[in-house]
Amino acid sequence: MQELIRRYGISLSVIMAAMTAFWLLALVVIPNLVLFKFSFRLYLPVDQLGGPNDVYTLKNYVTFFNSPIHINVFFLTIVYSSLVTLICLIITYPLAYILAKVLKPTDTATFFLVLLIPLWVSEILRSFAWFIILSMQGPLNAILTGIGLIDKPIRWISGFQSVVIGLVYAYILFMLFPIYNAIQALDTNQIEASQDLGASTWRTHWRVVIPHAKPGIASGCVMVFMLCAGSVVVPTTLASTNSRWFTEIIQQWMFEGLDWNVGSAYAFLLLALCILFVSLVMRVLNVRLVDIAK
Amino acid sequence: MSEDVHLSQICMDFGSFRAVNNVEVTIKPGEFFSFLGPSGCGKTTILRLISGFMEPTQGAVKIGGKDMKGIRPNARPTALIFQNLALFPLMPVWENITFGLEVRGVSKEKRRAKAEELLQLVDLHDSADKRISQLSGGQKQRVAIARALAVEPKVMLLDEPLSALDLKLRQHMRAELRAIQKRTGVTFIYITHDQGEALAMSDRVGVMSQGVLQQVATPQEIYNNPVNGFVASFVGENNVIQGKVASVNGGMAQFETAKGAFHAKLGASVGLGDQAKLFVRPEFCSLQPTNETKANSIAVEVTEIAFEGNFVNVFVRDNSGDTHMVQVQNDPSLPPPAPHTACQMVFNPESCMILSEAATSRHGH
Repeated sequence: MQELIRRYGISLSVIMAAMTAFWLLALVVIPNLVLFKFSFRLYLPVDQLGGPNDVYTLKNYVTFFNSPIHINVFFLTIVYSSLVTLICLIITYPLAYILAKVLKPTDTATFFLVLLIPLWVSEILRSFAWFIILSMQGPLNAILTGIGLIDKPIRWISGFQSVVIGLVYAYILFMLFPIYNAIQALDTNQIEASQDLGASTWRTHWRVVIPHAKPGIASGCVMVFMLCAGSVVVPTTLASTNSRWFTEIIQQWMFEGLDWNVGSAYAFLLLALCILFVSLVMRVLNVRLVDIAK
Repeated sequence: MSEDVHLSQICMDFGSFRAVNNVEVTIKPGEFFSFLGPSGCGKTTILRLISGFMEPTQGAVKIGGKDMKGIRPNARPTALIFQNLALFPLMPVWENITFGLEVRGVSKEKRRAKAEELLQLVDLHDSADKRISQLSGGQKQRVAIARALAVEPKVMLLDEPLSALDLKLRQHMRAELRAIQKRTGVTFIYITHDQGEALAMSDRVGVMSQGVLQQVATPQEIYNNPVNGFVASFVGENNVIQGKVASVNGGMAQFETAKGAFHAKLGASVGLGDQAKLFVRPEFCSLQPTNETKANSIAVEVTEIAFEGNFVNVFVRDNSGDTHMVQVQNDPSLPPPAPHTACQMVFNPESCMILSEAATSRHGH
């Protein structure tokens, strides 16, 4: 804080601090607290508000556990978010390694620019672009039939596959950057030392590069998983008839059922269960939170 | 146990820059060989060519008579000790040491035993389970040596591994490295820009400049009979006088300069009438009174005296204003002349050499 004042003067520092505080409090903390309070109260007609029925209760949370369909959707959301995370990791790790250690630094800049440009387009438009690409008469089917790889068009938008494709595309860079940073920080001599001592490429990655990149991998995985589980736009845009995402149920409660109370309860359940799931996975993989924060 | 390394007419280009130019040398089995040169002279490139991280543009690297072309670093019988050691910080000491055995599928019990044995060899006890970050600089050095020895290399490559240590420890590790080399009998190829290190440890030294191997010889030979001006001035101190070869008589020559004529040994690549330089080591010069003018002498005046402990550097200036250095043993009964004393700097014809500049083109050796 003193450093801030020394550098920018008292008035500018106060403005900056006030704006940060406003953003945190007014736009993050208070709305969440309000929703949190909502989640423990009942959805009542206006004339009953403040009456004897307006009590704090866990009923909204119980609704979830009494609904096997919602539990199933939640379960599928977790499973497919994990799948997206895994696919992102598999695609990203070699890419991050090549960008960090194989390419010349001058080329890396160009590659990053190419990777970043799609991020300038909004998520809705990108999802919709995938909707067009994956449609029956879309370019992907046209190319695949054109080069003779398939005989007749594939129905890409069915089950969860289009959602998975869309989510991988939407969040893959959140996996790439932490892993890239972690691998880049690795001393290249360590890789060479491993090779020099007789290790194969595979073993060098397993014993030297991956252990070093583990905090980056964990941080990328947590980020992609949480973004996936909380995503609304991609699962709605690329949804097929039988792919429901948990966020869509929250949306239904809030905007179709107008029951913000159950909607909030579901939102907090999603948050809590995701945190629980991530902590469990981190425990199993022996990664600590401080490693991720680095 | 150990193998010879033959570098056959090696050239290495980076784009249009030739980092190594036609290097030809055979390093004998069990030899401690140093490549000595300033930074950018191509010595590290040579090490990377031997270890397999680079392939030469021309020529061949042969280890034990076998051409190493196309053989990757992990399949070569070499072990490299990196300048920054490149120990694996996430593994304990013993796993570091036996990493090379782990990749060869040796069982954990055997690896553990081997680690203990190697830790004994490098004089590092009770450290097997320590983390790398818990070790001091000298201890890390020993772990790096043990890690390289564990794979039982035929040839050990060392890339200035002592440069990060402080002076005392560096001198200690010199002796240590030398002792380990003698004990194991492995061929050591050592890269350094530190002439003291190269001269003290090596059986033979190869002096490099601008990608060209200037001279390969024993440390004594390098110091006493440098083949050219570069070697003479890179290894040790010199007083240098510009001039021309006036007459030649066997291995000796008459050298004419602005400071007078001198009798000196004639270097390898210098002939009659050539412009060249006269190199005289400061410890081969002496200061004498002016009453009787001697042969091979320059009239000088003492300007400054630097006491170094076991010897004294006396700086003198001649009539044309050039400064020379004379090194005399510290002897309280025979102190050097005081500043502003006029005297003559004298040197023996046998201990000064007429040399040309460094070889920069494709001269074979």
